[in-house]
Amino acid sequence: MASVETTRTAEGRDFAPLGARRMLVVGGIALIAAGMLLGDLFAVFVLHQNAGRIGEHLTAAVDAVAAENSQAALQNFAAIGGRLENRGTKVDAHAHIIAFGYLALLLALAQPYLALSEGARRHLAQVLLAGAVLLPVSVFLIHYVGLQYSPLESIGWASITADFGGLLVIVACAGYGAGLVRHLLSGVRAADPLLRDRSRSARMLLAGGTLLILAGFLHGAYYAAVDLTEHEARESRILNTMVERAAQKDLAAAHQAVADYGMLQGEKAVAIAAHSHIIEFGLLAVLLAFLQPYVMLSERWRQRWAAVLLAGSVVLPVFVLAELRLGLVAGGIADAGGLMVILALVGMLTGVVRYTGSLDAGKAAP
Amino acid sequence: MSAARKLLLAGGLALVLWSMSFGLWYALFVEHQTLERMGGSLATGFAQAAERKMDDAHASLAIYADTEFDYVRQVDVHSHWGGLAILLMLLGVAFERVRFSERARTALAAMLLAGSSLFPLGVLLQTLDHGAGPKALGAAGAALVITGLAAVAVGFARGEAPGR
Repeated sequence: MASVETTRTAEGRDFAPLGARRMLVVGGIALIAAGMLLGDLFAVFVLHQNAGRIGEHLTAAVDAVAAENSQAALQNFAAIGGRLENRGTKVDAHAHIIAFGYLALLLALAQPYLALSEGARRHLAQVLLAGAVLLPVSVFLIHYVGLQYSPLESIGWASITADFGGLLVIVACAGYGAGLVRHLLSGVRAADPLLRDRSRSARMLLAGGTLLILAGFLHGAYYAAVDLTEHEARESRILNTMVERAAQKDLAAAHQAVADYGMLQGEKAVAIAAHSHIIEFGLLAVLLAFLQPYVMLSERWRQRWAAVLLAGSVVLPVFVLAELRLGLVAGGIADAGGLMVILALVGMLTGVVRYTGSLDAGKAAP
Repeated sequence: MSAARKLLLAGGLALVLWSMSFGLWYALFVEHQTLERMGGSLATGFAQAAERKMDDAHASLAIYADTEFDYVRQVDVHSHWGGLAILLMLLGVAFERVRFSERARTALAAMLLAGSSLFPLGVLLQTLDHGAGPKALGAAGAALVITGLAAVAVGFARGEAPGR
């Protein structure tokens, strides 16, 4: 605890109430935890059910082709479009809220390198966090709001507010970018006590995070080199087989093609999900390595949360990949991995909140 | 601030701004139309098959495949530019802990910045040219990023930077 106290005293100035760094750290961790919770809920309650219904509509469309009923085929594709939009917007909301959380944490770390007044930094942090909430919430609502009262032909109000949220984030980044450029041109040397932390928990997160990112890159390169083109060619082949067999009224073969198509979509989804999650968790671990001085917990507890986070970061992508072979059991274990990461984040956030409370109480004292 | 950190921080920030601007432009002017073309061509292909216009059906499915090819890469480019930019800035903050000479660190930073810019650019160019050139550019960019990151991991593992 002594080391925490020392660090806090040294950094109290930079972590002032409603200061930019505090807003970005607390907001960033909260955004990431919320995004991951949304992802876990989506995986458990929506993803598989949605995929099953898409399969049912595709089978019905194939039957409509066999029955020479083009209207029914079109109706089923309209329903599939709705299901895909539902899934796509949930995934986008999940991905963006987490990415903005990372950006907030990164900008919190970058604060000493920004030649801006504290007021400007605070306002930019508010703009960034407003955009970081507005965009994913709006994207989440796209499926439900649709084109109601929209002034545009194909873009609804939810998309418009989402784009506005994105613009807010860009404006905040541009403002911080201008501060960084001013700092770089000024030649002033900035020192940040945060970067001097060499605790075991910080080293665990830094080393583990770097290895996770590297593993994710290698997996992505393998996927792009070996699987991507084959998947695209297979998808085209399966779709052509589907309509050919249905037109020949060979429903057994057409339905088999639908099953093959579903399996292929599953293969693509798990490969991409494993690739993106392992890299994201690696980035998160590295970011959190630098924020450990703000986690006001004993070193033993900081190490425990770091271990839980790293373990969950391995369990989720590995079992997502195993889902095709092991089925829902692997899916459940992957979800548990996601929950481990969320728990670790909440544990660390609790430490940050304790730190802010202790800091404020110290400042308030006469 | 060292040249390596300047490269990573300024380059990463420029890349994240570029990525977000690309994403905003794409969401406003391209994505909805692309998704409509994808969904429309697939549905039309099935409807044409129901009407036993098989040549038209296969042509529609080919349009679907081409559009999906472009869509997947355009979305990937946005997410990879943004993700790699965040990684560059993060490494920029932590680069003092990479235990190599300043010259090697600058070369490593340049390698990471070049790879992070060229890898998604190669992927984006694949939507314009399906030949080997864009694929080679994307692969070279990815190789630069992976090699650079592996070197950074080694640098972190070697401990504190000299003189610190």
